Amino acid sequence: MRVWKFGDNIDTDAIMPGRYLSIYDPHVLAKHAFEGTRDEFAREVKPGDAIVAGKNFGCGSSREHAPIALKGAGITMVIAESFARIFYRNAINVGLLPVVCDKAGSILEGENVMVDLIGGYLIVDGRKLSIEPIPEFLMRIVDSGGLVEYACGLQEVPVCTASHQ
Amino acid sequence: MGATIIEKIFAMKCKKDVCAGEVVMAPVDNAMIHDITGPLAIQKFYEMGGKKVHSPERVTMLFDHQVPADSLEAANNHAYMRNFAKEQGIYNYDIREGVCHQVTMEMGKAAPGEIVVGADSHTCMYGAAGAFATGIGSTDMGFALKFGALYFRIPETIRVETTGSFQKRVGPKDLILSITADIGADGATYKAIEFTGETFETMDMPGRMTCCNMAIEMGAKAGIVPPDTITWDYIRHVRNVVPFSLESDSNASFIENRTYNVTNLSPQVAEPHNVDLGVDVTKVAGTKVDQVFIGSCTNGRYEDFAEAAEVLGNRKFSDNVRVIIIPASRQEYLKTLRAGLIERFVMAGALVEAPCCGPCMGGAFGLLAPGEVSLSTSNRNFKGRQGSTGASVYLCSPATAAASGIYGEITDPREVK
Ligand code: SF4
Repeated sequence: MRVWKFGDNIDTDAIMPGRYLSIYDPHVLAKHAFEGTRDEFAREVKPGDAIVAGKNFGCGSSREHAPIALKGAGITMVIAESFARIFYRNAINVGLLPVVCDKAGSILEGENVMVDLIGGYLIVDGRKLSIEPIPEFLMRIVDSGGLVEYACGLQEVPVCTASHQ
Repeated sequence: MGATIIEKIFAMKCKKDVCAGEVVMAPVDNAMIHDITGPLAIQKFYEMGGKKVHSPERVTMLFDHQVPADSLEAANNHAYMRNFAKEQGIYNYDIREGVCHQVTMEMGKAAPGEIVVGADSHTCMYGAAGAFATGIGSTDMGFALKFGALYFRIPETIRVETTGSFQKRVGPKDLILSITADIGADGATYKAIEFTGETFETMDMPGRMTCCNMAIEMGAKAGIVPPDTITWDYIRHVRNVVPFSLESDSNASFIENRTYNVTNLSPQVAEPHNVDLGVDVTKVAGTKVDQVFIGSCTNGRYEDFAEAAEVLGNRKFSDNVRVIIIPASRQEYLKTLRAGLIERFVMAGALVEAPCCGPCMGGAFGLLAPGEVSLSTSNRNFKGRQGSTGASVYLCSPATAAASGIYGEITDPREVK
């Protein structure tokens, strides 16, 4: 899969501009991903491509339209030095894999990258880069394929207190 | 080892000692959804096999981002949510009340010690009420609607200690812009920020809301001001709860301590295109502006308009600037109206709109053309946030916005005599 390289602090307004937020269809949203900031992305992205970015990817608005659009565009994983909290969790919930790699900066535009989650590393054109493990409670959601799939089978959840108040 | 205020809130809810880093499935006291993130949350609720919302009386629903419906899509989304509210017995404030965060506070949906989630990143604003409040995505919200609970990783806390009092025409927005510039856009990621010290102890609720609102701009999961008499006095008017004491223990462990003295703080302006690019107003004074926006959940309260009106005096806004003023809620609108400020703003040449998000999220009206410059009292200046990606947004306080509206260029409000 080919790498699309981005910098630091890529916010969710850049990933999905505010004027499209009344749309929820992943494929329609995908057509507007990075509109105005990187127009060739929506035109040229191919299923299986990856995004590689610097610090604080997905900062700003909680709009799930952002990871949904990337997934709709065929992106399967986003590798970054760090993620904004809400985006990270949203990505896992919708089945887009966020990978934290402190050496993300060494990955170049257009390189090929593969991930081994169990081994805990990326293979980038033959180089091996270690990645941070996904927290255990979120890994269960990743394994299910997303939060909807995880929650589907549950009737109740083990809330940490019996009484509600 | 003592506990932080955040650890104490989770311990109270979970009825056991917990510490930062632990993951708990905690009950949610209130969940807020609006017209942008709500439809997807409802869809996810159904996809998860949801039939009955866990606690409909604990859901706050309203429309604020695209009101009145500004497109067919928006109208459809509103209709979809109205039907869901009816089906589930959820009270829907619809388009009547204003911006989600302001309304949630006004309606007493967040109180000290509570856990509140909202499908909107600025949900952290309710930390001003002493709640642990955090923004979540739509799928997490679907889960919370179905189960009335959510997984939380209890965050570590950065303690911000403030001293001193503000100069004239300098205030909470300037403080939070300078703290954001110092901590950085990702300096508090996954953490909570506790705002304490003399400056916060004497700050009114609107000022505390402005500061907690912007905790997310440093990546924080929550911002919080320990509840004191000012908090309880506010809560008393919106909610029937008996005051109790809630604060971090003196031997609690903080991941970081930071101190700020506001005595010599100048008005701050965040330059495009990141919120952590705050500088003294003097550095950017003279920059021509095309649009000034005073409003949003950050600074759309009566006190903000009073501050702007004090600077404006009997002057007019420049003919070269479009000044858009939008109270954050119906209640704030009425207070501003009754004080005669709406008339003053209209006389001065401003456009005053009914409560809503307005230009803040760049989806509805008040958009910017390429090359245009906007000065805004809202919380984000990302590229394209208020329209074209070729436009520039600067962030500031209501005083600086008013001063700049008068002269058509970024102006130090202390210079307006
Ligand atoms: S006013 Fe702006 S920041 Fe606040 S909820 Fe609306 S769009 Fe979001």
